[in-house]
Amino acid sequence: MQFMLLFSRQGKLRLQKWYVPLSDKERKKISRDLVQTILARKPKMCSFLEWRDLKIVYKRYASLYFCCAVEDQDNELITLEIIHRYVELLDKYFGSVCELDIIFNFEKAYFILDEFLLGGEAQETSKKNVLKAIEQADLLQEVRLHTDP
Amino acid sequence: PVPSLHQGHLELIRTIRTARTQAEEREMIQKECAAIRSSFREEDNTYRCRNVAKLLYMHMLGYPAHFGQLECLKLIASQKFTDKRIGYLGAMLLLDERQDVHLLMTNCIKNDLNHSTQYVQGLALCTLGCMGSSEMCRDLAGEVEKLLKTSNSYLRKKAALCAVHVIRKVPELMEMFLPATKNLLSEKNHGVLHTSVVLLTEMCERSPDMLLHFRKLVPQLVRILKNLIMSGYSPEHDVSGISDPFLQVRILRLLRILGRSDDDSSEAMNDILAQVATNTETSKNVGNAILYETVLTIMDIKSESGLRVLAINILGRFLLNNDKNIRYVALTSLLKTVQTDHNAVQRHRSTIVDCLKDLDVSIKRRAMELSFALVNGNNIRGMMKELLYFLDSCDPEFKADCASGVFLAAEKYAPSKRWHIDTIMRVLTTAGSYVRDDSVPNLIQLITNSVEMHAYTVQRLYKALLDDISQQPLVQVSSWCIGEYGDLLVSGQCEEEEPIQVTEDEVLDVLEGLLVSNLSTPVTRGYSLTAIMKLSTRFSSVNRIKKVVSIYGSSIDVELQQRAVEYNALFKKYDHMRPALLERMPIMEKTASNGPTEIVQTNGETEPSVPDTKHPPLVTQPANQVTARSHDISVFTIDGSFFVTDDVFKNGLKIEFTFERANPNPNIAVITIHATNTTEDDMTEFVFQAAVPKTFQLQLLSPSSNIVPALNHGSVTQVIRVLNPQKQQLRMRVKLTYTHKGSPVQDLAEVNNFPPQSWQ
Repeated sequence: MQFMLLFSRQGKLRLQKWYVPLSDKERKKISRDLVQTILARKPKMCSFLEWRDLKIVYKRYASLYFCCAVEDQDNELITLEIIHRYVELLDKYFGSVCELDIIFNFEKAYFILDEFLLGGEAQETSKKNVLKAIEQADLLQEVRLHTDP
Repeated sequence: PVPSLHQGHLELIRTIRTARTQAEEREMIQKECAAIRSSFREEDNTYRCRNVAKLLYMHMLGYPAHFGQLECLKLIASQKFTDKRIGYLGAMLLLDERQDVHLLMTNCIKNDLNHSTQYVQGLALCTLGCMGSSEMCRDLAGEVEKLLKTSNSYLRKKAALCAVHVIRKVPELMEMFLPATKNLLSEKNHGVLHTSVVLLTEMCERSPDMLLHFRKLVPQLVRILKNLIMSGYSPEHDVSGISDPFLQVRILRLLRILGRSDDDSSEAMNDILAQVATNTETSKNVGNAILYETVLTIMDIKSESGLRVLAINILGRFLLNNDKNIRYVALTSLLKTVQTDHNAVQRHRSTIVDCLKDLDVSIKRRAMELSFALVNGNNIRGMMKELLYFLDSCDPEFKADCASGVFLAAEKYAPSKRWHIDTIMRVLTTAGSYVRDDSVPNLIQLITNSVEMHAYTVQRLYKALLDDISQQPLVQVSSWCIGEYGDLLVSGQCEEEEPIQVTEDEVLDVLEGLLVSNLSTPVTRGYSLTAIMKLSTRFSSVNRIKKVVSIYGSSIDVELQQRAVEYNALFKKYDHMRPALLERMPIMEKTASNGPTEIVQTNGETEPSVPDTKHPPLVTQPANQVTARSHDISVFTIDGSFFVTDDVFKNGLKIEFTFERANPNPNIAVITIHATNTTEDDMTEFVFQAAVPKTFQLQLLSPSSNIVPALNHGSVTQVIRVLNPQKQQLRMRVKLTYTHKGSPVQDLAEVNNFPPQSWQ
């Protein structure tokens, strides 16, 4: 995977994870253009498209679009499953997740993503294990906070 | 409410979201950024973390946050886990490896890779594996390699993916990870297994040696895959009844790479592939994802034909799936295999054709490409019906490609000439404005060569013009035909269908109508005027034609004006030549020997590529110039010079080519032309132009003069430098223009057999 973007139906970016080196300017341009392209697509169209020289896989969940750019050899159908797994993780963590959760707790959304994917590939295929790791890390955070002066 | 520095970022987000306009938001953000900046300057440790978090939120909204970069580094260096978490996140969002500042992270990451808490190690591994630059990877590869050997599966799986990143950044480091891969696949932990397979895949893809080395893992991979399929329900890894589909897909992909071009490995995986292909549940996307990967593997390795047919049939079933995503991947895969497994794909032709009616643009495009790939002599009639129907109703973005595809298919497989002409007509009338420019000369050649269909063709084209003159390619082809075969039109000779009754005046009305219409482009007008002119030798209404031609002698359009003036001259001074010049075009031969080269450069300047003119010019040139000739010139060599026989260039003009090798570049040949004139009159305004195929580069230096004196009293010399890096046979197209005895002369010829010494 080269990058993953989450954005609302109004085109507001809620999460951007980049696995390839690009400057801030380049990232902005890609986000803007790609978001526009996807928002222009009709609901009856399929979840895959070729954009520039990338394969794009996207799916809409409620008011959020989850959009990934994958490599030529990557399996588009399993990428849909990756997206779905991430949504499930968010859902379990936040308890029936909605867009607001991701807005206010964007850093948590990143932490969860970083326990699921690393360098663009899945590092853990068990839902339970990802959630357990996040839980433990959260605990670590609280513990340290309490012991600070 | 004013956002407070001492509150968490939640408050800030809440506040910012209350902004009603972009301007209001910007103001809030600016205020907040100013406050954060001063807090950073005060080196306030307590609030750094939440301030960076706020900054990251604002950055996501699109505001600049570069002043927070160093703060992220300070957070990473902190001992608080909260700080590190936000610090690493900030680094991944705000830093990019092309800035030097990111290198400052290296030491921190190194320390954190050795931290006592695995979650801190995890953060470091994640960051390194996500954005580590080549230098960082070089520095830290050793640490990653160490962690790849740990028994802690939480770290091991991350180390494996981190190693993948390191290898991508610094391929030479791949070797050092080899020992650690030894027992990776013996792990029970699925996370480690998955990431290990990814690592192995990366190594095998990059290095043929690694590939050979890891081939022995095939039996083990097959076993793991088998266990996944056969094992009972495992709640931890289950997705809709399938056990760890992510791992299955990755294993299938690694098997593909290992089995490619190796018979033994392919055989070893044959059974499991068949098993997966037949037993995987297809009701949900996840099952189809596995089937898809399986099909890709089957098609890529050396599988037996039964397995390949099975794979294609799976794709065939995919085409019938309600899920458009499934149809999409099926069409994509079929496109890849249609050449190698043509017959198997043919069996699904009707389903593929149905996909032409799909609503999704990408699916339609693939269906169209596949359909063209499947057209053959047996199915041409049926397929063409579908494709023409598609052409009628498809989006404009498809029409050009579809039209070209139809023309090509028709050319290859047309069951009859009549069918061929009808098909072309159909395309021109329904998608005429989208047809590519180069189709016009191709179609004209086709029509010319279908001698027995001339009457039918011109009649149909004439009728089409009566209906619609807006589609330029149609109008151009029609004009040309009417100019050529107008006599057949008015004499009502059509056999194929009821001949129409039309008079010469009516035909001229139509052609003149094209000249004045706003819809006609300049090119079309040119065709139309020339057609009218040609009819002067086919029709009896010569006076009318003379009138038209003389009117356009003062046209604003320079091209049109020139033609009209020259046609006028044809009537006045060269009337005796007119019938010969305007007679029926002969059958044009497709010169296959000219090859695919395109002539690109003339006179040392680059011109845009001119389409390969295999066909002679289609519009007759003005009367007192002669059209191009192209044939081999006899060349004989003497002592490093070579001569071009002078019966090629007319009027007593002789061109001699001499050559020498340029030092120090052996790829450059220096050719000098010497032009001499045996006639009694000077040749003035002499211009020599040359063009060479694309793989060469040519430079023409200035000529010595542009008068070739009469009676060999001097010569014009000019130096040509030819760069020939690919050491190919040199060919040159030569064009001469000059004035002789008061008249302009143009001569074109090809020099095809330059002696080897001139270009080797």
